[in-house]
Amino acid sequence: MTAPEAPAQAAMPQPDLATASPPARADGTGWNLVQRILRRQDRGRTPVEVGRLRLALVFGAFTVVFVAIAGQLVNVSLLGGGVEARQLVARKPAPPERGEILDRNGQLLAATLPTTSVYADPRKVLDAEDTARRLHQVFPDVPLATLVERLASERTFVYVRRNISPQQMQRVNSLGLPGVYFQEETRRLYPQGPVVSQVLGFSDVDNQGLGGVERQFNDRLRTGETIQLSLDLRVQHMLRQELITAMTRFSAIGAAGVVLDARTAEVLAMVSLPDFDPNDPGRAPDDARFNRATLGVYEMGSTFKIFNTAMGLEAGVTSMSGGYDASAPIRIGRFEINDDHAKNRWMSTPEIFKYSSNIGSAKMALDVGAAGQRQFLERLRLLQPSRLEVPEVGRPQFPKAWRPINVMTIAFGHGISVSPMMLAAATAPVVNGGFWREPTLLRRELEEVPAGEPIMSPRTSADMRRLMRLVVVEGTGRNANVDGYVTGGKTGTAEKIGAGGYQKNKRISSFVGAFPLHDPKYVVFVMLDEPKGIRETFGFATAGWVAAPTFARVVSRIGPLLGVPPVDETTPEIRQIMAVTETPRPGGQRVSQR
Amino acid sequence: MTTTFSRTDTSVVGRWWWTIDRLSLAALCTIMFIGCLLILAASPAVATRIGLDYFYFVKRQLVLVPPALAIMLAVSMLDMVSVRRLALVGFVGTLVLLLLVPVMGAEIKGARRWINIAGFSLQPSEFLKPTFAVVAAWLFARARARGTVLAFVPPIALWGLCAALLLAQPDLGQTVVLSAIWFTQFFLAGLPVILMVIGAVAGAAGLVMAYHTFPHVTSRINRFLDPDSGDTFQVDRSLEAFYKGGLFGQGPGEGRVKQVIPDVHADFIYAVAGEEFGMIACLIILALFSLVVLRGFAKAMRETNLFVMLAVAGLFTQFGLQAAIHMASTLHLMPTKGMTLPFISYGGSSLLAIGIGCGFALALTRKRYGRVDP
Repeated sequence: MTAPEAPAQAAMPQPDLATASPPARADGTGWNLVQRILRRQDRGRTPVEVGRLRLALVFGAFTVVFVAIAGQLVNVSLLGGGVEARQLVARKPAPPERGEILDRNGQLLAATLPTTSVYADPRKVLDAEDTARRLHQVFPDVPLATLVERLASERTFVYVRRNISPQQMQRVNSLGLPGVYFQEETRRLYPQGPVVSQVLGFSDVDNQGLGGVERQFNDRLRTGETIQLSLDLRVQHMLRQELITAMTRFSAIGAAGVVLDARTAEVLAMVSLPDFDPNDPGRAPDDARFNRATLGVYEMGSTFKIFNTAMGLEAGVTSMSGGYDASAPIRIGRFEINDDHAKNRWMSTPEIFKYSSNIGSAKMALDVGAAGQRQFLERLRLLQPSRLEVPEVGRPQFPKAWRPINVMTIAFGHGISVSPMMLAAATAPVVNGGFWREPTLLRRELEEVPAGEPIMSPRTSADMRRLMRLVVVEGTGRNANVDGYVTGGKTGTAEKIGAGGYQKNKRISSFVGAFPLHDPKYVVFVMLDEPKGIRETFGFATAGWVAAPTFARVVSRIGPLLGVPPVDETTPEIRQIMAVTETPRPGGQRVSQR
Repeated sequence: MTTTFSRTDTSVVGRWWWTIDRLSLAALCTIMFIGCLLILAASPAVATRIGLDYFYFVKRQLVLVPPALAIMLAVSMLDMVSVRRLALVGFVGTLVLLLLVPVMGAEIKGARRWINIAGFSLQPSEFLKPTFAVVAAWLFARARARGTVLAFVPPIALWGLCAALLLAQPDLGQTVVLSAIWFTQFFLAGLPVILMVIGAVAGAAGLVMAYHTFPHVTSRINRFLDPDSGDTFQVDRSLEAFYKGGLFGQGPGEGRVKQVIPDVHADFIYAVAGEEFGMIACLIILALFSLVVLRGFAKAMRETNLFVMLAVAGLFTQFGLQAAIHMASTLHLMPTKGMTLPFISYGGSSLLAIGIGCGFALALTRKRYGRVDP
């Protein structure tokens, strides 16, 4: 190392090199070959000069590395390079929050709330015992032993506690425990509790609707869409309250009710009792989750005379002034058809309706015939399941072979079972001028209301309104009268079929009506399942005593709310619209004359 | 400061002041100061998490900063020959300790790297790197001067021995750094290009072998190449930290990354800097390291003594490579490799050893006025 700046190696005075060189030239192999390569690539430069040149390369390489680091620093810090992309890889994009469900006025019926859960990765927990003890202080409701067991397990994910409060989150955070994490979760909340339960259904922890609207519109709700229902929460509330009152009063095992807009076919309220709290559906007994309004099908009894009478009038087999001889029961085979309020005489059409004559109704149906009756009921959608937007819809039951006995019993609502919703929906065209519209649970804007399918003449509809009013004014449904709201409708009491035929004391008592009948806006149906008579009703549990008053109370509450102006029924205008002109049949007898 | 020493002051300190690279010295002192700040920011979270005193790591680190600075300054006052001698003595001593590690070392996290001497736990491999750089430079320079192939045997054997000892611990990271120092020096000492290609192939083969031999290397490389294949928890949190820090950082003490990455005060301290002090601070740190390293190489290029050139290049390769690996790891430019950021990461052995290394480098880059080197 005497002279680093020594001239090229040819002239180098190095003894080693000098002695090593000659044998290299001599054999030209082995070490000396490498040595020659070494010397040749120096190209006459000194070792220091070679080092300097190569150091420039090292300098350049480090410069590139440092610039790359600076570039990545800017990329990550400012542009988030790698951060989002890696998070996307790490976990799936968060699905949109389940959509809200609102009533027609925007009231919240179902909402999704964000909550937080604590979980742990036991592999990353340093000291399971210690961690469990600290967590137990924050969550005394989780047993210490459970926490230790979970945190010491071999799994990679264990819940510590779900749905914690912000305060608890803060406390866990300040513990700073490694391996303990928070998870954002959502929870479905039903602020109205059981009030809308049968309509809404509920959804599970995995954001899947398991019944009612939640299930019907599951796909739309999952994408975050808000569903606005036709329900009016206030009407729903009132209907439910009145049904609970009646159910308690008459010790019924269940009740159902529907309020339908007669013009748009929107369902304003739909109640089935008993109901449940969708916030905690697991605790609900099966019966409480059974929707009597849509899934249950019942023999409705005399309310069917609405359709039978409309059919008779529409078919022209009778008229408002026509009538039938109801002086004797009809015997057909082993059956005998009687009247509950037997008059044992010829009865006019309004009388048959007003006094709910089975005999008259049966004869009217026979005149129309099996085919005509069937066709008419089909047009009223009484022979097919409802298309309402809930999965729980019951299939109507009716005879396959439509024999004369069936024609006659169906005339007064026996031998055919339909759901309350179907009955209410079929009543709408009878009062609204004859137009069928599919009932819906979704809010319809005015321009969305379908034109409707005409299934009877406006004249028949007008006659039916008069007849329904008649029932309330002087027939079986006088308890359904509400001053100022021009109510009308029809009672129906049917014995439930049990083992061994009809059961005298197990009834379905219902009332279907509409108001105000001079300008029908709403159809209301109420039904009590197995009501028991009480002293105030003189032991009666028939529709006129239990269902009709309930209907009246519902109407008297929702009428003002829905903005139906009360009118004076005694004014000549209303009286004329509602008047039943019982002109005597040519050659026939007036009822009063007998 | 410039008035402290007269130009005519011929005392050791006076001469040192006028010959030392004062800019690099200032940069190194700044890095050490930043290190103190960052250890304050990062380590209390780790200390409390593993049940130690809040300032446990801070105390242990700060108590070693003055000695490290003193050692660096003292060593930087040595002349070239003394540097070589000290390095040789230190190297032999370290080698002995390294041989003792498998026998009496303490096993921590699956590797034996530490040795207890008089109450201090020492990591000999840290001290091996700077002393090795000087000793290898000396052997290469000698071999180059002789010009015979045989003369290159000692430096090659030296590397083989050291690499074997480090791999036995096992400590792949230190082996890589040591090999990089050695390879750079070999390259500068005129390693034929053909051999370099062979060497590069051998190095790649070595890494492939390591990939297949050591399970933790396999998983780390797998995770780098395919983030889905395993847990990329640490580097994900690290990247998030930089992103959250943005331009100016969340503010001192406001970071979260230090609470979730286990050895954040050592292996991911750059991410703490990014989260709490922001990108600009990180760029300043990077600039300081670049300044020291590139300026060191530039000085070495102007050097006329091959030994000095090789030693300086080796020392700055070590310094620069450790910094680059640390920063690149935290920024996911390469597989996660636990590497200390010189003077900044926690670690007493690392701090003192880097002090010695920088002392060597400063000593060797001092101006030597026309003196003929022995």
